[in-house]
Order: sequence, then C-alpha cells, then structure tokens
Amino acid sequence: MRELAAIAVFALAVAAVPAFVTSGYALNVVIMTLYAALLGQAWNILGGFGGQFSFGHAVFFGTGAYAMAVLQVKFGWNAWAALPAALALGGAMGALIGALSFRYGLRGSYFALVTLAFAEVFRILANTFDFTGAGVGLMVPLAATAARMQFASPAGYLYLILGFVVAGFVVSWWLKHSRYGAWLQAVRDNEESAAALGVDVFGVKLRAIVISGVLMAAGGAFYVQYLHYIDPHIAYGLGASVEALLAPIVGGMGTVWGPLLGAALLHALGETTRNLMGDAPGINLAAYGVVLVLMVSFMPRGVMGLFQARGAARGSTHA
Amino acid sequence: MTQPKRSTRRRFLRHSTALAAGAGVLGFPAIVRAQSGPIKVGVLHPVTGFLAYSGNLSRLGARIAIDEINAAGGIKALGGAKIEAVLGDAQSKPEVGVAEVEKMNQGGVSAIVGAYASAICLATTQAAAKYNIPHVVDVGVADQIVERGLKNTFRFAPGYKVVSQEAINYFHIMNTLAGKPARTIMIIHEESLFGTGTANLLSRELPGLGYEVKEVIKHANPTRDFNNIVLRIKAVNPDIVIPANYYNEYALLLRTMKQQNVQPKAIFSVLGGAASSFKFVKEFPDVANGVIDVNHWYNPKDKRALALRKKVEGMKEFFTYEVFLNYQCVHLLADAIERAKSRDRDAIVNALASSTWSGHFMPYGPTQFVNGQNQGARPLVLQVLQNDIKVILPNTYAQTEPVFPWKA
Amino acid sequence: MLEPSILLASALNGLTTGAVYALIALGLTLIYGVLHIINFAHGAALMVALYGVYYLHQRLGLDPYVSLPIMVPAMFAAGYALQRLVIGRASHGKEENVLLVTLGIAIVLENLALFLFKSDTQTIDTPYTFSTMNILGATISVPKVVAFAGALVVAGLLLLLVGRTDLGRAIRAIAKERQGARLVGIDVDHVFAMSFGIGLACLGAAACFLLPAYYVNPQVGNGFVLIAFTIVVLGGMGSFLGALLGGLIIGLVESIGGLWLGESLGQIGIFLIFIAVLLFRPQGLFGARA
Repeated sequence: MRELAAIAVFALAVAAVPAFVTSGYALNVVIMTLYAALLGQAWNILGGFGGQFSFGHAVFFGTGAYAMAVLQVKFGWNAWAALPAALALGGAMGALIGALSFRYGLRGSYFALVTLAFAEVFRILANTFDFTGAGVGLMVPLAATAARMQFASPAGYLYLILGFVVAGFVVSWWLKHSRYGAWLQAVRDNEESAAALGVDVFGVKLRAIVISGVLMAAGGAFYVQYLHYIDPHIAYGLGASVEALLAPIVGGMGTVWGPLLGAALLHALGETTRNLMGDAPGINLAAYGVVLVLMVSFMPRGVMGLFQARGAARGSTHA
Repeated sequence: MTQPKRSTRRRFLRHSTALAAGAGVLGFPAIVRAQSGPIKVGVLHPVTGFLAYSGNLSRLGARIAIDEINAAGGIKALGGAKIEAVLGDAQSKPEVGVAEVEKMNQGGVSAIVGAYASAICLATTQAAAKYNIPHVVDVGVADQIVERGLKNTFRFAPGYKVVSQEAINYFHIMNTLAGKPARTIMIIHEESLFGTGTANLLSRELPGLGYEVKEVIKHANPTRDFNNIVLRIKAVNPDIVIPANYYNEYALLLRTMKQQNVQPKAIFSVLGGAASSFKFVKEFPDVANGVIDVNHWYNPKDKRALALRKKVEGMKEFFTYEVFLNYQCVHLLADAIERAKSRDRDAIVNALASSTWSGHFMPYGPTQFVNGQNQGARPLVLQVLQNDIKVILPNTYAQTEPVFPWKA
Repeated sequence: MLEPSILLASALNGLTTGAVYALIALGLTLIYGVLHIINFAHGAALMVALYGVYYLHQRLGLDPYVSLPIMVPAMFAAGYALQRLVIGRASHGKEENVLLVTLGIAIVLENLALFLFKSDTQTIDTPYTFSTMNILGATISVPKVVAFAGALVVAGLLLLLVGRTDLGRAIRAIAKERQGARLVGIDVDHVFAMSFGIGLACLGAAACFLLPAYYVNPQVGNGFVLIAFTIVVLGGMGSFLGALLGGLIIGLVESIGGLWLGESLGQIGIFLIFIAVLLFRPQGLFGARA
C-alpha cells in the first residue's frame, strides 16, 4: 500500500508540473521521459518480471501506432474510439507471438530473436500494403482539440502519457504483490521448478506478453497522437525495440521504479552530453555510449540495484 | 518478492528529486528573448544517424550563408545585427527534431531553417507552429509539409509533385525532339516516402502520354545487392530506366548495371541520389556519364552560384543540392528579416509570406509563397557529360543539348 | 518472368552474396556459441574493419585482398582487447548487461566513425571492381566469386581450428560446460577473449572481400546485423558449417524471393524462414544439440 501511495504522490507531483512550469522545452522533456518510461514499463513486465527478453517490442509499438493511424485516417474513427482498438490489437499481437513462441518452448536468445524477426516481418508488411500507406506512411490530420486526442498545450499530452505511465505503475505494483505476479517471477527464476509446483508456465508467460503488448501499444498510440506521423521504419524499426529495453535495464529490471529511473537517467545523460560536448556531429552520442557502458559496469543491477544492495543481503533479491 | 524497506523508499524519493534537479541544471537553458545582440537562427538537420551525410552538407550550406551575411555587415535594418546559428541535431528521428525545436524556442531563436528529411520536417514544422517560429524548409520534398495550413512554414524548393510533373513534361519533350525513340519504361525506387510518392505519380501520369510502364520495382534501404533488379531490367529490356532513390543505392544500382552491361536508351532519374552529385561523377566517371536527372539545381549562368561552388570545393566538400538549398534558404530568411526590420517571429512570418525575393541563383524567379510553397520553384534537367554536370533543359538555362538516346 | 536463364543467374548471384553474409555470420556464431552473448556491436565492428580496408587502400595504396594479412590480425587484437578489457569487465557475466555493453560499444563506434571519418559514403576503385566472369551463361562479378571462395576457406580454417587445436578443444569445452571447464583449469577469460578476437577477425576478412564491390559509411554495418543473426539461428547457434550453409541459403532465398515478390517484399522470406526455424527446429538446421 505504501508503494501505491508513492505512485499516487508521483502522479500528483507530475500532474502539478504544468501549473509551475510553462517552458515548452521542459514539458517536452518530461513528456518524452514519461514516454520512454512507458515503453520501458511495457518491456519490463515481460523482460524484468517474466525473464523473457524481447528484442522486438517494436512489433507491439508499431501495431498500436498503425492501428491508431489507420483507424483515424482510413476509417474515419475518432481517436478516443481508436485507442481501445489499438490497445486490444497490441494485446492480440502479444497473444499471437506468445502462443507461437512459448508453445514451442523458445527461451533466452531464441525468444529474443524471434520477437526481432516478427518486428521485421511486420515492418516489411507495413511497407507493402496500401492501407498502411506503404512506404509513404500515414499522417494524422492536425486538429488541436481534446475531442480528437490532440492538444493545443503540452499539458494535455503530459496528462495523456501520465495516464498510461500510471497504468503501467499499477500493473507493475500488482505484479509485485499478486499471486499471478509471484507465479510470473517464479517462472523467471526457474521454469522447471515453477512447473513442478503446479504453475501453468505457458499461461503465465502468455498473460505477461499480452499485458506487455497492450502497454507498448499505448506507447505507439501516444507517438502517433503526439507527432501525427508514422512510417514502417519508425513503427517497426529496431529503434523502438532498443528504446524499450534500455530504460528498465539501466534502471533495474523487475522493479516498479526501474523503468522510470532509467528513462530519467538516460534522458538526463543524453541532454548533458549534448550540452557539454558541443556541436561536432557524433561526439556527444559517442560520449553517451561510453557512459552507458560505464553505468552498466558500475551498476550491474541497475539504479535500483544500488538501493536494494543496502536493504537486503547480496543476491537474495532480484534486480 | 521481498518488500522494500520504508527507509529505502524515502531514500529513493530523495535521490530521484536530486536527479531531476540535476537534469534541470544541465539540461534546461533559461528563456532568452533578447531584443539586442545577435539574431538567433536555428539550423536544424539530422547530422547523426542514417541521414548524417545529407544533414552535414545541409548544415554546411547554412553556415556558409550565415558567415557571409555577417561578414557583409549583418542585418542592416537592425543596425548590422549579426546572425547567430543555433545548431541542432535531429539524430535522424522526428521526435528528436521536435525536442530540438523546443530547445531552440527556449533559446529565443527568431526562425528555423531545416530539417532535410520529409518525416522530420513534418514534425519540426508543426512543433515550430506552436510558437509561430518561422520555419524555412530546405529540402523536405513531401508535399504534405505545405498542405496542412501551417502559417509558419515556407518551402523555397519544389516538392515531389512538381518535380515529378516537370520530369514527365521534360522527358516527353526530350523524347519527342529525338523522334520518339523511347516507349517503354521501368521505375526503380526506394521504399520510403520520397521514392514511393515519386514512383506513384510517375506510373499514374506516364501512360497518359503514350508510355508503357513495364514494371515498378521497390527496394529497401539499404539494399545490399542490385544484381536481381538488374537481371530484371535485362529481361524486361525497357527503353528508359527511371531510378528514384538515395545516394548509396543509386550508386550501387548504376555500378551493377554497368557491370552487367545493361545500357538502356537513357537512365532518366527523378531526384536521383547520386546522379547530380559531383562526388559520384568524380569517383565513377564511366558509370555516371550520360545519366540524366531531374533535380534541384542552380542557374548555371549565375556567377554567384559558380563562386559558391568554388568556395565549397575549396573547403574540400562537394557542391550538392543540400549545400546550395540551405545556403539559399538562409539568404531568403535574411531578406525577410531585413524587410521585417524586426527579429520578431510574427513580423518575419509576415515578411516571408509577402516575400518577392529575387537575389538568389535558383531558376525560380522572384519568390512568391502560396500556402507556404514557393510558386516558382522548379527543378532543372541535368545530364552528366564529359565528367561534369550540365543543364540540358529547359532551354532558358540549358548549357548544352541533351545526348539522347545515349550510346555508351 | 521466371525464365530459366534469369533464375540461374539470380541463384548464382544469391549464393555469392550469401557467402559474404556467411563470413559475417561465422564470427557471430562463434561468439554466440562460446560466450552465449548476442553481440550487438557486430555490425559496428564490420564498419570499423571496412574503414580499415578503405584507409589502407587510400593511404598506402594496398589492394583490399593484400590487406587481408593486416586486417585479420588487427581485428583479432581489437576483439581480444575489447572482450578482455571492456565487455568481460563491464558485464559481470549477466546477459542483459552484455546486451547493453555491446549496444553501448556500437553507439560509440558508429559515432566516433562519424566524428573522425565524416558521414560520406566512401568507395574504392580497383581494376577488378567492374570485372565479371561467365558461369553457365550467367554474368557474375569477380569480387563476388572471390568472396565466395574466401568464405569457404575461412569456414574451413575455423572448422580446423576448433576441431584440431588445443584452443579449439578449450573452446568446445567452454561452449558445452562453462563451470566444468573452469574446474579443470581452463583459463576461461582468455578463451572468451580468443573467441571474441577470432569472431572479429572473421569480420576483418569479410571487409576485405566486401569493399571492392560495396561501400563504407558509419552506418554500413546496420544493414548486415539482422541478416547475420538470421543466419546464425538458421545454421544453429555455434555451428560453423551451419553458418556457412545458412548464409548461402539466406543469400539464395533473398535473391529468388526478390525476383518473385519484388526486392522490398522479397526480404520477408528471410524472416519467415527464420521464425519457422526458431519455432520448429530451434537448434537450427545444422545444430548438434537436440
């Protein structure tokens, strides 16, 4: 319950930001950090709590994004009606990929690579068919009104993404405290012994990938509403997949706060290297990469690992 | 599954606020909206990531123009105020482009020039529109950029509809003058917005003029091997091959055609990535010779263009459309600031909207913006001849006659 | 459309392209088989090797094939050092950390290249860049035929190395049972670094064979990463023969698929095969483990 209270405090604190901060730049940083945190939360459910590493979370991101764009542009749906459909399709995509790969017992690198392959297949399909706009992509017409889930002020987008992130927090909290969450973490720690204890390993993993897919699709839906344009490369490219796994690994996998901490840290790092290293192209990103490697080497269990190492004996908790 | 201790939680919250504060110190520039000092202009391009090549050339063109304006005494209507370039890197991603626009707004830029790729321009123009920052689009050939009613957006160069339409017209003229040797066509295009959009327009319009589009082949970026496509060209044996793709793929395609000894009556490209590139002509003269391209190009008789080319080549860079379009866009903006007599964004937007600037070396005539698109903007038809790029059409700008059909 | 002559030319061309893929995948499969890590920096390392070949040609006038004896040991040394000094230390043996570390290295290499060599696409002109030879009526580029032969030789050498040498025995022991190998006194860290070094040495060779008919820029490696992963899985992770045959198969599928479905959609065949293999035969077509 304390953790829920902390989530509530966080939500209220962020919700109050637009009242004190008027800078569009700062608000955009907050929005993009929350957006990265959302992708991280989605990945963390399956990768952190469930131990199933995905390299292809873009497949859910892209599905959410395209559902949002196609339903509005080609079918004339209202964005608010399209959103539940986008989330459902993200979940369905999770069910499809999960059913196939978990049925055949794919784990570890094999699972990682099969998700990557699915993302590529959908990238190529999105590139081919006319109803996704093929290579031209899809543009959602500008209409800055909340009735179409577009907002004239950044505060509107901030509340939208905050809503998704809070949902992600609640799900993560539930995974920490529910019986289902215990099963999922038991599967992560040792599939064979979990099965021996009577846990339905397949079902547990399947539910995790569906939830993860829904949250990731929310990220895709947000992207479309915020930037109004989607193409196959943005939707299903490696970029979204990598962005989703960076934050939770840096922040601390299988923790409630890890994805947010990781996202905040990476954003701060990106901005700092950009501001410190000057305008020579590439050098700031190279510095970013160096710090990333250093962070991993000094915080092998993520940022959250630093806190947990003191609270509990080494190795008894999972980062 | 261990319950984190309460003390840990508090410590965590403390740490995270410290972190956020740290980010604030390092990340957020303070709002500056100076009324004196240099006039800040955002120069926003993808200088890292997969568009880095074009992004860096774009940045070069803009910086040369800014240096020249400053060396010539700055903006005279504002007491010789200098222009200060605020450089931005979109990292080849639309959302990073938006973040840069927000930062530039915070930094008090009076206008933005950029952002090369269509997908990035779509995002940056609408982000800039929130603050009514005048945004001069340098390349961004997707026509949707200027079709969304954004009052702050001005594109100096033509979009792909005009380029494709002109390409069709000129091709028909050229073919008719030569006694109609060509009838069948094959289009090879890259899979994203620019290539697909161009190919769609071409394959819709060309049959109306009596041409048969035998096949349209779409390929990925990067395509590692063009032998298959060339095999199909060989099998179809079209009179004309029309490529619409980026530099690397264009160069590989032509190299493979040369290797497989495939020589159509013309390679007639539309916004061909390497066709109007001095780099390609220099590195592969045998492959490049004879290639025709419809592309952004300067008036070859204008001395200022030739002087700029000399200057750029003196810097050991190639004089590409990225360079000269950005160079011109900065000058267009400077002209607007002169006439606005103000660094105020609204005033500059109005000055751009009423711009009739003719001090450029492009074949556009005086600027006239309707819904943000420069009405006179059009491409020229070029052909690589004797290791140089020559204008062959229209006659007003032509340096030489087209060599068509081409015989290797 | 699918006339026999075109089909044959396309198939031969696919095989030669596949040989280059195989060379890149050979290094990746060794690294995977021994260290059990998915090396995200593989594409960036290939890019570095291509720049190496490019500058040896531009500055010293060395033919890419003559650069082989320089590039292979240089890349080996770089790989050895990278694993020993960076990846091994920074990752603490955790899979997710290796992922981040190799990703970080890829970001660093790509952007350092951008900073140092600029973003221009560079090509080299050799006397044989445009030469072709006639095989069964199909015109095939000479550099690709050389690459095909080169891939066969490299795969053969790797098989010999792993099958016949002490180092090979240690590599196999570690691939099979890491803890046991440590217990019998094998210097695991050294063998890890040797494996990583050999993996990158393969890229050194691949770069020498690739550049005459291709190009280099800071992003060039990205185009090969996914395809190399596919081949590794197809052939069975850790299997050299599998990587070689897998590369040839993928080259063939890409080529024929492109002919049949179009270059853009044709790529889909690669990934569908990839998924099917993962689902129905995850040990790969030629993997030893059941």
